[in-house]
Amino acid sequence: MPEEETSQKTEQELDAVKQAIEGKEKKAERVEEEQYIYKQVRSIAFSVLSPKMIRKMASAKIVTPELYDKEGYPVDGGLMDIRLGVIDPGLRCKTCGSKLKECIGHFGYIELARPIVHVKFVNIVMTLLKCTCRECGRILIPDNKISKTREILDQIEKENGVEERRQKVKETIAGLKTINKCPHCKSRQKKLSLEKPTTFLEDEKRISPIEIRARLEKIPDSDCEIFGLKVPHVRPEWMIMTILPIPPVTMRPSITLESGERSEDDLTHKMGDIVRINQRLFENINAGAPEIIVEDLWDLLQYHVTTFFDNNIAQLPPARHRSGQPLKTLTERIKSKEGRIRHNLAGKRTNFSARTVISPDPMLELYEVGVPFVIANKLTVPERVNEWNMKYLKAFVENGPEKYPGANYIIRPDGKKKKITEETKEASLEELQPGYIVERHLMDGDIAIFNRQPSLHRMSMMCHRVKVLPGKTLRLNPAVCTPYNADFDGDEMNLHIPQTEEARAEAEILMEVQTQLVSLRYGLSIIGCTQDAISGNYILTKDASLKREDAIDLLSAVGVTDFSKLPRKAVVTGKEVFSALLPDDFNYSGHSRLCDRSKDKCDKEAHVTIEDGKLVSGVMDRNSLGEESGLMLRNIHQKYGKDYSIDALGKIFRLGIWYLLKIGFTSALSDTDLPESAKLKIKEDMETAKKDVDALIAQFKEGKLEALPGKTAQQTLELRILQVLNKARNETGKTVANHADKRTHTMIMAESGARGNLLNLAQMAACVGQQAMRGKRIDKGFEQRTLSHFRRNDLSPEARGFITNGFKMGLTPAEFFFGSMTGRDSLMDTALRTPKSGYLYRRLANAMQDLKVEYDNTVRDASRKIIQFEYGEDGIDVSKSENGFINVKRIIQIAQK
Amino acid sequence: MADIISEYEDRLPAKIIGEVKDSIPKGVSDTKLKKIMEATCEEYNTAKVTPGEAVGLIAAESIGEPGTQMTLNTFHFAGVAEMNVTLGLPRIIEILDGRKELDNPMMEIYLKKPYASGKKLEDLRHLALQIKETRLTDISTELSINIADFTIEVKLDKDKMKELELTNAKVIDAISKQIKGYNIRDGKDSLIFKARSKEDTFNDAYKIKEKIKSATIKGIKGILQVMPVKREEEFVIITAGSNLADVLQLEEVDAYRTSTNNIFEIEQVLGIEAARQAIINEIFKVIESQGLNVDVRHIMLVSDTMCVSGTLKGITRYGVVSDKSSVLARASFETPIKHIINAALVGEVDNLNSVVENVMINQHIPIGTGLPSLTVKPQKAAKEK
Repeated sequence: MPEEETSQKTEQELDAVKQAIEGKEKKAERVEEEQYIYKQVRSIAFSVLSPKMIRKMASAKIVTPELYDKEGYPVDGGLMDIRLGVIDPGLRCKTCGSKLKECIGHFGYIELARPIVHVKFVNIVMTLLKCTCRECGRILIPDNKISKTREILDQIEKENGVEERRQKVKETIAGLKTINKCPHCKSRQKKLSLEKPTTFLEDEKRISPIEIRARLEKIPDSDCEIFGLKVPHVRPEWMIMTILPIPPVTMRPSITLESGERSEDDLTHKMGDIVRINQRLFENINAGAPEIIVEDLWDLLQYHVTTFFDNNIAQLPPARHRSGQPLKTLTERIKSKEGRIRHNLAGKRTNFSARTVISPDPMLELYEVGVPFVIANKLTVPERVNEWNMKYLKAFVENGPEKYPGANYIIRPDGKKKKITEETKEASLEELQPGYIVERHLMDGDIAIFNRQPSLHRMSMMCHRVKVLPGKTLRLNPAVCTPYNADFDGDEMNLHIPQTEEARAEAEILMEVQTQLVSLRYGLSIIGCTQDAISGNYILTKDASLKREDAIDLLSAVGVTDFSKLPRKAVVTGKEVFSALLPDDFNYSGHSRLCDRSKDKCDKEAHVTIEDGKLVSGVMDRNSLGEESGLMLRNIHQKYGKDYSIDALGKIFRLGIWYLLKIGFTSALSDTDLPESAKLKIKEDMETAKKDVDALIAQFKEGKLEALPGKTAQQTLELRILQVLNKARNETGKTVANHADKRTHTMIMAESGARGNLLNLAQMAACVGQQAMRGKRIDKGFEQRTLSHFRRNDLSPEARGFITNGFKMGLTPAEFFFGSMTGRDSLMDTALRTPKSGYLYRRLANAMQDLKVEYDNTVRDASRKIIQFEYGEDGIDVSKSENGFINVKRIIQIAQK
Repeated sequence: MADIISEYEDRLPAKIIGEVKDSIPKGVSDTKLKKIMEATCEEYNTAKVTPGEAVGLIAAESIGEPGTQMTLNTFHFAGVAEMNVTLGLPRIIEILDGRKELDNPMMEIYLKKPYASGKKLEDLRHLALQIKETRLTDISTELSINIADFTIEVKLDKDKMKELELTNAKVIDAISKQIKGYNIRDGKDSLIFKARSKEDTFNDAYKIKEKIKSATIKGIKGILQVMPVKREEEFVIITAGSNLADVLQLEEVDAYRTSTNNIFEIEQVLGIEAARQAIINEIFKVIESQGLNVDVRHIMLVSDTMCVSGTLKGITRYGVVSDKSSVLARASFETPIKHIINAALVGEVDNLNSVVENVMINQHIPIGTGLPSLTVKPQKAAKEK
């Protein structure tokens, strides 16, 4: 094996690396005294390992495939050599002398009997061979053009980066492949081809890696640059390996099975194969075995080394376990979602976290989270002991780990962690002094980060205050379901307890629920009243009146203590009760859902007016209170700030549900009852629609139907039928709306926007309507018909998925079937959409994650390239705007007063 | 009044100033106006983004999160009888991928004044015919190969030709431009193609037959369907298929308003700035049609990241992501091995100035609260004293 020619520069770099490592070790010793000074990694350089480097960084040469001796002790020179690090407790690493977990492991190496091609570099080796002279090793560009080519390449790299340069290199090289006469030494070039994965052919004859290596060695450094290889980092011949680094044992630990048997890691298995074949190859060569045997072994070694790097190469059978399961080798370890990069490096696991089922508790504040005792006993908050809190913290230690509120651990100033048990409690108590840290149980008011997956938002992780409660579930106010997109049908959520002051401060200032009231997506309130809270406030503010005692009872249940705003009357109106929650100087004017915006001025009741903190007219409904609209809430937020508005919102929410609790609220089947006249009207409408459709079909069959431009007669028919049927359904909807009793609870829910809409009611009371799949009537199933009990080519509404009945009447079997078809279709849609949108999101997030606003207000990416000169062309933060705008009109109004 | 407002021109964006101008009541006193302007400035300054804000991630969240609520596979029929339009999530994916071929390319062709009114319906029809691509197959009834002398005979549909205002001479003229090496003989009801070279084989004839079939006789290549639609007192031609470059050449077309949904074409014809605006418009259209609410600023930022390099780049591993300066950031997205190997070959150095790499090595990320880099070395300071 020819000794490596390493340039001086590499030598220097090596020394630098060595010094850095030594420096780090020294640093490690000093870590305790200099806790606040820590080293920062400034950059990471990538390069190809040279044989010399491999030898230098190795601490052992591996010569035997055996792993352990008879006593189960790692063999010297074996793959589990203790010079490579330790994985057994009790042993010490021979290289650095540290124990398990302290020693990060050390590389070893194998001297390969014959050079081996590195699979991952095959393509580059191929281009290098094709584009350099086989005799003199020079690039196949005439001398006078070389410098110009280099200039162009450097120019491109300067302007557009490495990736562009790579492209240009490809182009340049593509032009060289056809040249068959060296411009330097005039020798003829032979035809080269690559037989995948690792065999190179010249004029159909195989060239051995030795030969390839010899040729690559001849390529001068200056020519390498044109190929995009920077010389101190790579030399072409390094891509043909003469020596193979052995990864430390710490990255391939063996597992001891229950039976006491040892099960080795996949990588160890693979390397065992390599070492074994390598030794045999050595022996055969030394014994002067026939060329054919040596060649065979060589190929086998090549196979093993190739699969060691990548076990998923198309042309090679993957190396398998005895059980037939493919081995997971280096490439498989790194790539894909479960690989090192995405699984372990970009995503990390945490301690001090909890997860259980969630359930609602409207009596919690919006910014609180109910934590069960069981969890509060396990999750801890570290508190440092000082003179002043000694007594306070001792009380926790005294309670021990079982009794709440207690403590689980104390940490001595030197970093030693001691568990508190019944036995050690006394000793710990004695020991405790300033400088110690007590890990006390979670208590009310502690800061926690609450999260529900999928975390699509920053609002999916918010900071809450802990409230320790009995029970076994995590509890949250139902109003914060929206940002988390949670419901209580068995959803689970996670809780994290930040452990440092910095983390807690950041969580409190940036992540608390209050700070997330306004969506950063569209600049409106995302947290608002939902469901019953809206119904309740709607009924209350519509025309309710109640006794003063009841009103006070209601308000105090909600959390109001000052009743001076309530007028001194025996009977107060609902509006007055609601006004008690509003600030005195609040003015607001807006539309309620009843208002049709067509007219300039709507009815008095439809227009919400608040003057000096009193609800003068209008009802409270989703437009004012609801999530994702909540205009009144947005106004309160704008004027009084986050803390006030979250408090007000909590009270309004509770007012709604408490009022409902008092009056009782339910929906009944009778809500969908219609008077006979309405039923008759609906029946008539349906019949006329049917007749119309029949007429259309008849026209079509006679060929008299006039096709719309650009459509066939068939398409026109479908379209016309759909129009007729839709009209009929809308008609029934209107009839239902006109005849429905506005006082029924179902209607109240629909009208206030709490849940459901008129369409739902119409579907229950009268007619479900056309079932459409992909914008068309249902037309699939059997040959020329949808179900076997219709005639072939039946185009009538009922044969194509029109449901005449309402849910209350009940559906015919065929109708039910059509309903299920669309139901299944929408399920499929959801199932297919989730991964698609997930991938889109991942791509977007990955592409844009490092864009930030700089101090000069430009938006730049990580390499400081300007993306926008001013964010969004006006520099306005959406979450600080009102639906993306600055409300100039309001400003003028205020300024004029 | 105007000068007071203009004083604020460098303190407020033009859009807000315009809004103020529009909404101030008439006859405000100067002091009042000044007060209003000051108040607006204050409000504007409080609403500005804070430096360090991770606006990119916020934009990604704002588009990614509603993505889960969008519908798949909606082929929506816009209006009475217009064509298929890709909407919902597939369309967003299509735009952000920066695809060159769309599922449903479409154009909206606006016309210049005399034509737009639609008074002369004949003109409109004529124009529509001129735009729509007519292939030889559309005007022929039969194509046959004579095996004996390798000629191809195309029987013409005279009725159709009349409808499309075509004559044999015109057809021959159009085809001869596209298919070289063949003599075309006019046989009144048919056209006969014969190769000029003598070494013609059956295979060649077969191949050329396919070519002849799709030869464009009339109209603009790529425009498969045309449909004039009345839109607020004027006629607009909507087409399925898109070819912006050629359509803009037509005399009747109003080039200022005509557009296509193929962003790649817009980039080629009108340039990158137009493409940027087109991306914003198209994404906004989809999001709006789904009844979702996303601020334009987020879409703008996405569009800008796709267009900064000067060419249109999709948000894929070949597009925007491959432009990143950091090796580890690229590797953490897709195809990590490829990126690491390429980095090793050129000795790339990762300066750790974006987010993922710092997450990987447990360091502060240079965004938001991690941005200010102030270090205090308490011990050293003490020693120096």
